[in-house]
Amino acid sequence: MAYDYAPYPYIAPPGLSGPEPRHPVVIVGAGPIGLAMAVDLAQQGVKSLVLDDNNVVSVGSRAICWSKRTLEIFDRLGVGERMLEKGVTWKVGRQFHGKDEIYSFDLLPEPGHKYPAFINLQQYYVEQYLVERAQEFPDLIDLRFLNKVIDHTDRGDHVELTVETPDGTYTLEAEWYIACDGAGSATRQRMNLAFDGQTFEEHFLIVDVEMETSPFGDHDTPERWFWFAPPFHPGQSALLHKQPDNIYRIDLQLGPDTDPKEEATEEKVIPRIKQIVGDAPFRLDWMSVYKFRCAKLDRFVHGRVLFVGDSAHVVSPFGARGGNGGVQDLDNLGWKLAAVLRGDAPPALIETYSEERTHGSAENILNSSRATNFMTPKSPIEALFRDEVLTLSERHPFARRLINSGRLSLPCSLEGMTLQTAGDAPVPPGAVITDAPLTGANGDTWLIREVQGQFTLVGFGDMALPQIDGIARIGINSRGDYPCFDATDGHAIRRYGNAHIYLFRPDGHVCAVFTTPEVAAITAAMKNAMGAAL
Amino acid sequence: MILDDKLGQDTDAFYNALMDLHEGLSEAQSHALNARLVLILSNEIGDLEKLKLLMQAAANAG
Repeated sequence: MAYDYAPYPYIAPPGLSGPEPRHPVVIVGAGPIGLAMAVDLAQQGVKSLVLDDNNVVSVGSRAICWSKRTLEIFDRLGVGERMLEKGVTWKVGRQFHGKDEIYSFDLLPEPGHKYPAFINLQQYYVEQYLVERAQEFPDLIDLRFLNKVIDHTDRGDHVELTVETPDGTYTLEAEWYIACDGAGSATRQRMNLAFDGQTFEEHFLIVDVEMETSPFGDHDTPERWFWFAPPFHPGQSALLHKQPDNIYRIDLQLGPDTDPKEEATEEKVIPRIKQIVGDAPFRLDWMSVYKFRCAKLDRFVHGRVLFVGDSAHVVSPFGARGGNGGVQDLDNLGWKLAAVLRGDAPPALIETYSEERTHGSAENILNSSRATNFMTPKSPIEALFRDEVLTLSERHPFARRLINSGRLSLPCSLEGMTLQTAGDAPVPPGAVITDAPLTGANGDTWLIREVQGQFTLVGFGDMALPQIDGIARIGINSRGDYPCFDATDGHAIRRYGNAHIYLFRPDGHVCAVFTTPEVAAITAAMKNAMGAAL
Repeated sequence: MILDDKLGQDTDAFYNALMDLHEGLSEAQSHALNARLVLILSNEIGDLEKLKLLMQAAANAG
């Protein structure tokens, strides 16, 4: 069944009839990133106003591939389990060259993690779940649909916004303006900021079809199939992926010389789909022709205006680094902005959001550009190398490693950056939390569940952790007057080592490691992570 | 002979560097570059028996 795009109600905002008090945070754009940003802040007691020019969730499935790290962040935000339950968990990928399968890989889930490597779930479900989650904070999140920001001015200590509604325009003031207004960000354009990068000339066609019969044939579990030069689409590439509700995503490379308008018609699309899925009946759910680029802002923090998600950086879709990168942005910014608004940290802490996430997005752009270059050779010699890699890959593992149809999104390390204190441990400072199952007084739980959302000191092995203001404590395989857990099946100790102490930031990144519980060293690392040295 | 991966994490960076090397060259220039590269890499391998096996692996792949 097609998704029911029920519109959210528009309510005339108070600003139309009189000035509103200055808002601590205004979030522009109610896509997955803007909504999750609001939920993250609300969970820390920070009020936000979310403005969106539209009143329905994402039309079309758009971002469908959500990584393990995204699910762990969404777990903290209260929607991870719902996404996992609805989503399609896949782990086997098959690569074809022509009609032959050249190899397959299994994202073989390592045991002892709450979330799998990836799930597929349509963006409209993610947005719906986030809207419903946001509505659980009626006192902290003010969600206004059909409220389009048409102008803004940074006044130094606040930003002034002009907002257009069906009933006329009004003005607002915000201490912080968070631009979650997507790849074509009107905020970015108004500020005339350079958004440089590489544009790819290839057109790609995305089609979602609904069908009862699995196009994976005898493989009854969902997989990811990728073809170089398939018989049904000579000389180009194709991708087949399953989404919930028996919706299948088909991604076809069209080459640079096609007319996108002409390609995105039922007359052109239906015969192509039939070549892939055979005679089984299907319903065309959504289609889109796109070109893409890899580009980013130099800095994501511009005075009181903060860029988060696609407004700050765009990548090609290969490797699922767009939406997943944006989720890591908001995870990074949320605790910093809340600390600054509470007065616990200097405003300069916000600058480290730019330092850390411009690095993350550069890594995403590098990986997705490489995948795109491999998939769309731009000269005969590049095509020759690509084809010979495919030929060699039938026999040689080294060549399989060279095939690049997208390196799937992994969180970046923040090692060596301002807020981290250098140190040596199995999970080094800067790395993101690795999950592990735990058993506690109240039953089974997960490390991500116990650690994320506040500064947490975790002792692995028998030791006593000191009490320090502003830092939660938990013990693994130890006993103390604070929450202690056993490492289920030894996973946590195997991953973090024995007799190591880790200080995690609220976004789950390790910011310091210790071998002895020294109060002075832990306090200093905590202060450093809160921007005391800035 | 089955050839396993030896580049590990550097695989993608290597491939990109190789493509960059060919950027802007004509097909004849690329051809010559590849020949020089094969000769240089062979000398670095420096083991005739191994080179013969590698040559056979390349010849038999198609």
